[in-house]
Amino acid sequence: MSATVADDRLDLLRGMVRVRRFEERCVELYSTERIRGFMHLCIGEEAVAVGLVGALEPGDAVVSTYREHGHALVRGVPMSAVLAEMFGRATGCSRGRGGSMHLFDAARRFYGGNAIVGGGLPVAVGLGLADALTARPVATACLFGDGAVAEGEFHECLNLAALWRLPVLFCCENNRYAMGTALEREHAETDLALRAAAYGMPAWAVDGMDPEAVRAATQRALALVRGGPGPCFLELRTYRFRAHSMYDPDRYRDRAEIARWREHDPVDGLHARLLADGELDDEGWARLVAEVDAEIREAEAVAEAAPVEPVEDLLRFVGAEPTGETP
Amino acid sequence: MSTGTAAAATTSGTDRGPTYREALREALREALHADERVFLMGEDVGRYGGCFAVSLGLLEEFGPDRVRDTPLSESAFVGAGIGAALGGLRPIVEIMTVNFSLLALDQILNNAATLSHMSGGQFSVPLVVRMTTGAGRQLAAQHSHSLEGWYAHIPGLRIVAPATVADARGVLAPALACPDPVLLFEHAGLYGTTDDAPDGPGADDPAGVALDGAAVRRPGTDVSLVTYGGMLPTTLAAAERLAEDGTSAEVVDLRSLRPLDEETVLASVRRTHRLVVVDEGWRSGSLAAEVAARVAEHAFYDLDAPPERVCSAEVPVPYAAHLERAALPSVDGVVAAARRTVG
Repeated sequence: MSATVADDRLDLLRGMVRVRRFEERCVELYSTERIRGFMHLCIGEEAVAVGLVGALEPGDAVVSTYREHGHALVRGVPMSAVLAEMFGRATGCSRGRGGSMHLFDAARRFYGGNAIVGGGLPVAVGLGLADALTARPVATACLFGDGAVAEGEFHECLNLAALWRLPVLFCCENNRYAMGTALEREHAETDLALRAAAYGMPAWAVDGMDPEAVRAATQRALALVRGGPGPCFLELRTYRFRAHSMYDPDRYRDRAEIARWREHDPVDGLHARLLADGELDDEGWARLVAEVDAEIREAEAVAEAAPVEPVEDLLRFVGAEPTGETP
Repeated sequence: MSTGTAAAATTSGTDRGPTYREALREALREALHADERVFLMGEDVGRYGGCFAVSLGLLEEFGPDRVRDTPLSESAFVGAGIGAALGGLRPIVEIMTVNFSLLALDQILNNAATLSHMSGGQFSVPLVVRMTTGAGRQLAAQHSHSLEGWYAHIPGLRIVAPATVADARGVLAPALACPDPVLLFEHAGLYGTTDDAPDGPGADDPAGVALDGAAVRRPGTDVSLVTYGGMLPTTLAAAERLAEDGTSAEVVDLRSLRPLDEETVLASVRRTHRLVVVDEGWRSGSLAAEVAARVAEHAFYDLDAPPERVCSAEVPVPYAAHLERAALPSVDGVVAAARRTVG
């Protein structure tokens, strides 16, 4: 294996560790009430964040869900801005008005952070329509969960994107639960790629616990989507190791099921492969983790020191401000 | 699902000037010519010519990319309008009727109205949504309601209800220039109307029509009749009737339901000392309630009589003509309310 490929795999691992350690720190910050509101973790699903979002070009757009910390971090939203947002600070990536569920970053074409299941799909179709009408050779990646497949908007949007041949990559992060409702308890047909294919677009399922497989599939799908004949659908089969949100007592899952999926932990898996292939040693691993932890400490310090938005500014941004240019 | 009468009324057939429908169409044509970012989409806006024939001929003139027929997927195509606006275009989305807009309410409220604030001002949504509102055509309880007052409840939206041909002609350009989402409510009863006596701001010059700002449609001294949209003709007819027995009614057309031009309403009430609000919406929690409350808050001591409201009966709009008529504000009802205030 060439050095470039080895570096690349190391980057995937580093990206996943960064998301994992960040969210583990978020749990601690939540327990001490420095983060409030609803918070949804993607621990267990990091391969999707690094493999999929990491495969996008800077000009591409991302539309995400309320479980988007990983997507935002991999997209390049600064960790301090994400954390400041969760602390409700003025320097947060949504100036303290969004919180964990509503991370936005215009410069990185990160369109949120949508907390209505299925609500981001129409927006992604519209972004794709704008790209198609202006002949921009970019794609819009629209991430959503298996729960969204039960929403009417899913079906309206896949039909519309296929009908109009729009450059949208529909990415279903299938973690097998719509909050507490298991896949087979919410869908008559649980093969989600099959259902997407019925709308006339290439659709296939991928091992969402394997970042390299996710990335390869994403690259293949992007090649089909970008300036091409229409949308694509990827089903990323993954699993969240933790509860739906910090409020969720997780009564609906068998502990043994969680343990089984933990055997496919994407971080542990790639870590082990890199060790076995001689691309990483214990010292390198310790250094990688230490670097990530240092970044988290630094981001936390920056966010903690940030000012809050003045209450006098409460009503700002309800509409565009006179100086604000629209894109 | 409604099927419109595209062929029925596409021209005024008189020499009195354009109809409301033609004015809307001319405004669309002008916008499509003026800015290549502008496009129109909605159910049957293209080949059919628009459910109410507003966009008749535009597909032939501008082609299917810019006059875009959509499937019956209100949430998807309204949301696609939001996304296209975020992506740099200037979409005009047509929804057949306000009742159907409820299928897109998630996108209108949870996305269009919130994205600017929720993103800390990073994104704005320069989207125009046009829809038909109102009763009077025996279309019963799923095609006849006036829900613009609901939408006027929502911060982040601009709500406009053109009531005259001049406003229909002039309001689209400022709506498209607005960086925030604008909902235009076109009353179904107005499409065939012409401006008999065009006056008020913008009557002669479409460029003079502003997105907000109420207009005094008839000056008067004894009572202020405040209304908007499809109720303007009813209210003007009531003012005419009142004049016959010596009551001078001032008619204020709100035009914009959010923001409300409070100053014009208050100034009128301070002149006349009496208020009647005429609103085709249901009374409870209505826009009429909002107008009356603001007058009570800011001009209470200017009032010589309690404010009156003339609204639709609190019933889903019925089919039978006599029942529908009875459910809606009438000239008689407005006259009676005005007389109560002048005692």
